[in-house]
Amino acid sequence: MNARDAILARVREALSVPGPGPHQRAGEMTGHGHSGQAPTPPRGVLPVLALEAARPWLPDGGDTIAERLALLEENLGRLKAIFHHVPTIHAAQDLLFSLARERDWKRVAWHVHPLVEPLLSGVPCATLRVDDASGLAAALATDAAARKDALEACDAGITGCESLVAQTGSILVSSATCGGRSLSVLPPVHVVVATPDQVVGTLADAFDSLRERHSGHLPSMLSFITGPSRTGDIERILVLGAHGPKELVVILVG
Amino acid sequence: MPHLSPTATPRPDHSVDSAGGTEASAHGAKKRFLHDAREYVRDTDHRAFLRRALAGYYTTRDGQKARYRDWEHARDAANLAKWNAVNRLDEMLVRFADRFEAGGGKVHWARDAAEARSIILGIVRDAGAKAIIKSKCMTSEEIHLNDALEAEGYGVVESDLGEFIQQLRGEPPFHFVFPCMHVRRGEISKLFEEHLGSAPTESPEELTMIARRYMRRLYVEADVGITGGNFLVAETGQISITENEGNARLTAALPRVHVALVGIEKCVERLDDLAVLLPMLATAGTGQPLTCYNTLYGGPRAAGECDGPREMHVVLLDNGRAAILADPEQRDSLQCIRCGACLNVCPIFKNVGGFTYGTTYQGPIGSVITPHLRGLGDWNHLSQASSLCGACTDACPVRIDIHHHLLHNRRNAVRAVPNRLERTGHRMFAAVAARPRLFAAGGAIFRRSLWLLKKLRLPLLRDWIASRDLPRAPARSFRDQWRHRAAPAVTSSRPTTSGGAR
Repeated sequence: MNARDAILARVREALSVPGPGPHQRAGEMTGHGHSGQAPTPPRGVLPVLALEAARPWLPDGGDTIAERLALLEENLGRLKAIFHHVPTIHAAQDLLFSLARERDWKRVAWHVHPLVEPLLSGVPCATLRVDDASGLAAALATDAAARKDALEACDAGITGCESLVAQTGSILVSSATCGGRSLSVLPPVHVVVATPDQVVGTLADAFDSLRERHSGHLPSMLSFITGPSRTGDIERILVLGAHGPKELVVILVG
Repeated sequence: MPHLSPTATPRPDHSVDSAGGTEASAHGAKKRFLHDAREYVRDTDHRAFLRRALAGYYTTRDGQKARYRDWEHARDAANLAKWNAVNRLDEMLVRFADRFEAGGGKVHWARDAAEARSIILGIVRDAGAKAIIKSKCMTSEEIHLNDALEAEGYGVVESDLGEFIQQLRGEPPFHFVFPCMHVRRGEISKLFEEHLGSAPTESPEELTMIARRYMRRLYVEADVGITGGNFLVAETGQISITENEGNARLTAALPRVHVALVGIEKCVERLDDLAVLLPMLATAGTGQPLTCYNTLYGGPRAAGECDGPREMHVVLLDNGRAAILADPEQRDSLQCIRCGACLNVCPIFKNVGGFTYGTTYQGPIGSVITPHLRGLGDWNHLSQASSLCGACTDACPVRIDIHHHLLHNRRNAVRAVPNRLERTGHRMFAAVAARPRLFAAGGAIFRRSLWLLKKLRLPLLRDWIASRDLPRAPARSFRDQWRHRAAPAVTSSRPTTSGGAR
């Protein structure tokens, strides 16, 4: 018997003995006058949808757009992320320009995206496009250490996002729509640009919008980014910028 | 890649799995536990340090819990999501494996630690790896993966800051979520000075930046990245990895091959279950609304994506988990999401420290599952190392009945190896207690000879008396006092300041 079949056989054998139901103590099943055994769940049917049960209990995600925006801003602040809500793409350009000047950026990395491209016009430093050209040659090039080094040497990575989650202050990025896997995590600053209609209430809403947008073919990587990279490993003291970005800048346009 | 030379201190992990060498004898593991516990308890400075380190945890966790509209009901939902997956585990595993392979990845099945090691060594060999980077992965601690890789001549570096520090120290994690919480910043500074040639510093920020700078090159140069996994999503065939530092994301982005080693119990049925479990894991584990990076991987780089590994492998590890599943009474301990909350609240953990357990998984949940993973007889003493206060059960976000399981382990151990002395003692007491005159006579003798117990240092009572004062025996028996009690004085106020008499 191969390992797969052996493990599955062990699991099936183990589950042939019924166990206690959810929220039920083991002792309630076996001992002291409790005769009723909770049935194991019928195959393929969940007695109560966990998520439906949980929606009203989890932290609030806001009911209206205004509530969601307020929650998002509050949560991002708590996470020590930098949040800007600007009226136009021109205002966003000015913002990025002054960020680049202030921090003396030499080179920023970016990917093709309807919000990222206009943002970069006039940025006072060099740029590196991570998803340039098309086809195999470019894809292979990214395997080369030189290419990774180039991205590593950039001062900031600028990406779009799939959605923003008010409930937790998270930004959902994907490998398909946000410049791959490393752009949003390798450079020391991550700048996210998005529009207010991308703000969703809860994590579950973010999953819904993903399914809608990618219709069954999810990108190979999806990541909820909740604040700049951090660690508490040294005496449980919070330090930002452990291995990922030290700064997370969210620019909401419109 | 620079070769790391961990100082050759013996690993406090007392056991090596059956394939890797000798299993610690039953007596050995218990003896070492008692010895280490005694040593650690004496180190009051370090215990105070541990308490200070955890103090912030309680505040932030409680603050975040308050943001839930109903934490207790959310625990029910989290419990349900995991209960559902664990009780249909065969179905979940098959669905996960099929979906994941449809996404271009490869699933491997490992019955035990030896099989998992040989699978991973095979992948590493096939990849022609020169350098391996690893993010935090408790299952790899469980199978002693680093030792196996190093024995074959592969350099492997832990990228999680806490795990990196532990690797340099040549120690396993002290706590499975906070691996180096027992190490003071001065020691870390010295460690980095010695191994990385950095300048001494007392600042946690500077120390973190030293590790950050050191690790950057390694991400770029590594050919193989090894991670763990927090959840396996059956619906979508994705693995979910939770982390704060970004090291796991880099480990799964830059090397050519990504290997994830995940226990079979990590299944959930649907993506939506994570909408409950991810926030609960973060809040219970560290008091965060959500851990900094929660990342889902459905396979290697897909067509049209500009980076990411060429190959992705998931190794599904049984290694004793099916044995826990086979015990319906303790099946729910497989619902554990490894948040570490039960360690953080456990009075025993705080007083004996993580190394004393001598297990991969420390604290209450470790005491529940280790006897199953490694043999009840050898590890039952862990179930005795509990005050049964139930703090662990209250803290558990998926409602595992942890402290009752410790009781069950005790009962099972007594069934397996009956304690004759204890049984005889109970029988004798029962015989005396059923005869009122004998009981009275026995009580009279006992009251007069209680002081002797302390003096005699009887071998059975020595450990108990060593750290406790025996109460002073009352002059008269309870029955005597009851017979001659004064009429209850209803109006007189009760003395309220007599607590000092205790």
